Amino acid sequence: MYYGLSNFYQNHRRYVKSRDDSQLNGDNSSLLNPSKECEPYRTNEDKPIAPCGAIANSMFNDTLELYRIDNDTRTPITLIKKGIAWWTDKNVKFRNPTGDGNNLTALFQGTTKPVNWPKPVYMLDSELDNNGFINEDFIVWMRTAALPTFRKLYRLIERKNNLQPTLQAGKYSLEITYNYPVYSFDGRKRMILSTISWMGGKNPFLGIAYITVGSICFFLGVVLLIIHHKYGNRNTSADIPN
Amino acid sequence: DQHFHEQPQFKRTILLCFKKSKYYNPITFLPLNLFEQFKRAANFYFLVLLILQAIPQISTLSWYTTLVPLLLVLGITAVKDLVDDIVSNMFKNTKWKDIKVGDIIRLKKNTFVPADILLLSSSEPNSLCYVETAELDGETNLKFKMALEVTDKYLQEESAMADFNGLIECEEPNNRLDKFTGTLFWRNMSYALDADKILLRGCKVRNTDFCHGVVIFAGADTKIMKNSGKTKFKRTKIDSLMNYMVYTIFLVLILLSAGLAIGHTYWEQQIGNSSWYLYDAEDYSPPYRGFLNFWGYIIVLNTMVPISLYVSVEVIRLGQSYFINWDLQMYYSEKDTAAKARTTTLNEQLGQIHYIFSDKTGTLTQNIMTFKKCCINGQRYGKSVPLDFSWNMYADGKFLFYDHYLIEQIKSRKDPEIQKFFLLLAICHTVMVDVSDGQINYQAASPDEGALVTAARNFGYVFLSRTQNTITISEMGIEKTYDVLAILDFNSDRKRMSVIVRESNGNIRLYCKGADTVIYERLHPRNVKREATEEVFANETLRTLCLCYRDISDDEFEAWNKKFMEASVATTNRDEALDKVYEEIEKNLILLGATAIEDKLQDGVPETISKLSKADIKIWVLTGDKKETAENIGFSCELLTDETTICYGEDIRQVKSTKNFCVGVKNVQFLKLSQQTAEEKQKQTEKRRKAEAYKEQQQKNFVDLACECKAVICCRVTPKQKAMVVELVKKYKKAITLAIGDGANDVNMIKTAHIGVGISGQEGMQAVMSSDYSFGQFRYLQRLLLVHGRWSYIRMCKFLRYFFYKNFAFTLVHIWYSFFNGFSAQTAYEDWFITLYNVLYSSLPVLLVGLFDQDVSDKLSLRFPRLYVLGQKDLLFNYRKFFLSLLHGAITSLIIFFIPYGAYLQTMGQDGEAPSDYQSFAVTAASSLVFVVNLQIGLDTSYWTFVNAFSVFGSIAIYFGITFDFHSAGIHVLFPSAFQFTGTAPNALRQPYLWLTMVLTIAVCLLPVVAQRFLSMTIWPSESDRIQKNRKKYMAEEEQWKRRQSAFRRGLSSRRSAYAFSHQRGYADLIASGRSIRKKRAPLDAVLGNAVTEVREAHTAVANR
Repeated sequence: MYYGLSNFYQNHRRYVKSRDDSQLNGDNSSLLNPSKECEPYRTNEDKPIAPCGAIANSMFNDTLELYRIDNDTRTPITLIKKGIAWWTDKNVKFRNPTGDGNNLTALFQGTTKPVNWPKPVYMLDSELDNNGFINEDFIVWMRTAALPTFRKLYRLIERKNNLQPTLQAGKYSLEITYNYPVYSFDGRKRMILSTISWMGGKNPFLGIAYITVGSICFFLGVVLLIIHHKYGNRNTSADIPN
Repeated sequence: DQHFHEQPQFKRTILLCFKKSKYYNPITFLPLNLFEQFKRAANFYFLVLLILQAIPQISTLSWYTTLVPLLLVLGITAVKDLVDDIVSNMFKNTKWKDIKVGDIIRLKKNTFVPADILLLSSSEPNSLCYVETAELDGETNLKFKMALEVTDKYLQEESAMADFNGLIECEEPNNRLDKFTGTLFWRNMSYALDADKILLRGCKVRNTDFCHGVVIFAGADTKIMKNSGKTKFKRTKIDSLMNYMVYTIFLVLILLSAGLAIGHTYWEQQIGNSSWYLYDAEDYSPPYRGFLNFWGYIIVLNTMVPISLYVSVEVIRLGQSYFINWDLQMYYSEKDTAAKARTTTLNEQLGQIHYIFSDKTGTLTQNIMTFKKCCINGQRYGKSVPLDFSWNMYADGKFLFYDHYLIEQIKSRKDPEIQKFFLLLAICHTVMVDVSDGQINYQAASPDEGALVTAARNFGYVFLSRTQNTITISEMGIEKTYDVLAILDFNSDRKRMSVIVRESNGNIRLYCKGADTVIYERLHPRNVKREATEEVFANETLRTLCLCYRDISDDEFEAWNKKFMEASVATTNRDEALDKVYEEIEKNLILLGATAIEDKLQDGVPETISKLSKADIKIWVLTGDKKETAENIGFSCELLTDETTICYGEDIRQVKSTKNFCVGVKNVQFLKLSQQTAEEKQKQTEKRRKAEAYKEQQQKNFVDLACECKAVICCRVTPKQKAMVVELVKKYKKAITLAIGDGANDVNMIKTAHIGVGISGQEGMQAVMSSDYSFGQFRYLQRLLLVHGRWSYIRMCKFLRYFFYKNFAFTLVHIWYSFFNGFSAQTAYEDWFITLYNVLYSSLPVLLVGLFDQDVSDKLSLRFPRLYVLGQKDLLFNYRKFFLSLLHGAITSLIIFFIPYGAYLQTMGQDGEAPSDYQSFAVTAASSLVFVVNLQIGLDTSYWTFVNAFSVFGSIAIYFGITFDFHSAGIHVLFPSAFQFTGTAPNALRQPYLWLTMVLTIAVCLLPVVAQRFLSMTIWPSESDRIQKNRKKYMAEEEQWKRRQSAFRRGLSSRRSAYAFSHQRGYADLIASGRSIRKKRAPLDAVLGNAVTEVREAHTAVANR
């Protein structure tokens, strides 16, 4: 399950650089003294913002829930929220600040939440290994998109067995907690469901492109073969003045 | 405005002061070099960029993206400069620094004259001094200079010289080598000075143990330096083209940045202002943001102006120069001289030569005259078996002659004509003899004469010595002395010389030798052998000389002698009077035979010239020699053939009228004896005064006319005029010129031409010192131009085309990307990739192509000189090719951006993970780019070696190696904020669809190129394509040729005969005056006496008026 945004310039230079990677890497000094790149989301009320910067500040915070409607009973589809980020991101690039104990509240002591966030970073999730900077929703958001229309992985829907489709045909309802404003910049939100194979999701572009290029190549090959037969031997007995 | 120089010191020996001109020392090297480098526009531009990047508002790239390449570039250049400096220091050293005007200096045998010097006295009788002027005018014969009688008399002792306090009034420094006017005031007398008393700088003292002189002009005022022109910094055509292209790109850069800045302004107004997530607390208006972004884009797109271009070009040129230096086929083993590229910046220009200006003496010819053949009494001698001269104790070991029959004839003494023939050769000349260590050495006024006397000597008629009026020869071992009654000397109008001798039996006989045309007019009417002799050597490129004699009765001689005496004391028009008298006695001659002398060409000169002219290179010979000699050489080196019409420049009016005719008929050639005949010259100077405009017209006419000829030979030109001719062609034809020469008289021309080539290995080094390339033999010119020049040109063009292509393909992706990121100057690649792309990922293969590529092998390049034409026509690199490269680069960048773009629109990863993030996109685009550009250079490479393959695949491997390393977890732990792409490469390149995207990108980029290559190869193959295609056939042919050794020789072209003595008169006056009778004077030490260590002051003052 993906969420998609369009007309959202996550690749804008000002936006892309507005983060502090050493803060996100758990560096304690950066935690309390974030990089200047984060301006104007560096400090709030004289307290350093954790995580600082415009990217973190604008984190997507709608929640999506999917229900299967079966004879008027709504059964929620299990959405797995872990395993949606790269291993390297989760384990290398993003780390919570270090200190005594595992109490994130204490570790983030002295920092304040990003301006737009309703709650601080250490309250993103209840599980310890998905909280703070290593919250996977956060990590996914922080991996900025290449294009203004993008989709990001939101949740995984696991296939239970190979005989049945993961989502059987039927009625479903999507429940959205609408927090994220996109009207101001003419944006659009989407929810996408896609089946993943060894090749990834459905992507018609490559297929079409390959078929097109392949047929052009074939056609050109034939033409060149004809040309070769017609002209190829003509010049072998060159009479070059020497 | 007389200026008295300091009291001169007496110098015991001349100091050859070697001026050290080391520019750098270890401490100042770095700052000085950096300063020098930043004076170059390109480096300065990058310095400015670096400063721009330090401004936070507009800094779009990390500081290291520019700094790393810049440091690399500066480093490489610095190393190259250092090497250049060290290398060039070995050469710049010969300067006679300490000699000042007014110094009295002593010159010893075989030393160069260091300044223009007034000869005071010498070790020889009458203070004669022999000099060789080969460095000045290319003539190797000896000339003599004679001091004033008064200085000869009084200035022999060192003490006398120290007291010398004359005043010399002379002309201002000028460049006329043959003129000097001045006056010496000494002891209340004034003495006229002329060129005969002046030793010019660059001459060599010969046969004179020592001589003394007072310096008149020193340093830059000397005549040879006045002739040598200014040293100009030479640049190649491609260099200036390249500069313009860089300016063009710079302009494009500014325009694009401005366009994108406007785009940004617009975008900010439409979208950016309403995007709350982009809020940055700065209250900038959209236009101001656009303005900031303009600079941001200047920084992002800076790679369009290729920083490493200049340094790469320099490295390539340096490498090519080394290839020239290392070329064993241009190594002249006899003199142990290898070819040397003394300038490393002109190589590709060697592939674009239109005109070659060649010196004659020492360049085309070896300057050795050999006695080849003779014809006595209608019988020709001179076949092909080497002779053994061991029977003759006087024989010169180096002499070679091929005819046994002649020897037998001489030994048998049957034929009086043969005896007379060789007697004449031994007697009729003005050669001086010099016996040292029992060896006889001849000093001849012209090399021809020397050759003839040496020939006579080898055939048993040995000239032993002469006095004022006798001449002693050994006739087959018997010494005989003849009384010389008169010597009728050579001059260029008479074209002959005679001696009148009284033989032992009392008969008076006149012996005469001279040019065939002159002699035939004066033969006795009953002379029957005439026709036979006339045709003898007509078909060979030899200089002929007719020999004849005449018996004179005592009465006739007495009568004539009276007239002769009268004429020789005449005060006015003495020369003309003498000529008239000579004319009277040189008549009714009886022909003995003819000699043939070969002015030996250097090996392979005709072949080289014909090869070069097949390559559409026009060859002009500029020589100081006279018309006949020049024409002769023209024939012998096949520049002129019998079918060619020769037009002489003397009759310029006629030439003008025939101009249309010349255009019509193809095979017309001109022997352009340019402006140099005396009247012609005057005319020109007059005209010059009259109107500048007319002069220009005249010059243009001259060039136009001369360029329509197939070959041009200019004779009697001074060094300055040589340079002027080159300058004219440069100016009016806009063609690339090359000047080749060996002597100091060619220095000016060598400096003026686009490329100067010096023939080294001859005695003087002046030409080599000012040349750009030097080697030992003229024939290496064809290899230098047709192989090295052509290759260099092709390589450089390929390099430049590819370089612009690769930078455009790289940089323009940013622009396409900016349409999707709000024109925010966000880069499409990782910063580290931008940093290393130009220096690591794409530079090595193209450098190797620039160094090693060759379309056809050297043998084939030499065999098909037509291949050279493409360089002359600028076919491989011009604005069209440049824009095509840019277009190619732009299209490649479009493909590299839009195929991943399409793939990223709705893509999902294998695990469903975040599939379309910016970092993965950057890695995809970068990887495709690296593949495409490296495979593209693979397609461009026509000469694959292991190194090429290694570099192409190595570059790709290095890219992946470094990328994976920079994206690894380890380096992120060390530097979390410098390396932000942690995990991107491993994660992204795990995805099969990304590989499929890359494969598609590469295929779409390269397949059209392959198809286009194929089409042009099959349908419109270039000559080199065709030759390359058939190379195996040609190789087989060559093998065949080698096996079947050349069975036939090329027919010798026929020519008119002409005899050339030297320019100047012989030594007849000298011999007659009795001044040359060689009595050895006391050795030098005795002259010096005890005052050896004493330094004395000479009270000499020289004033330049």
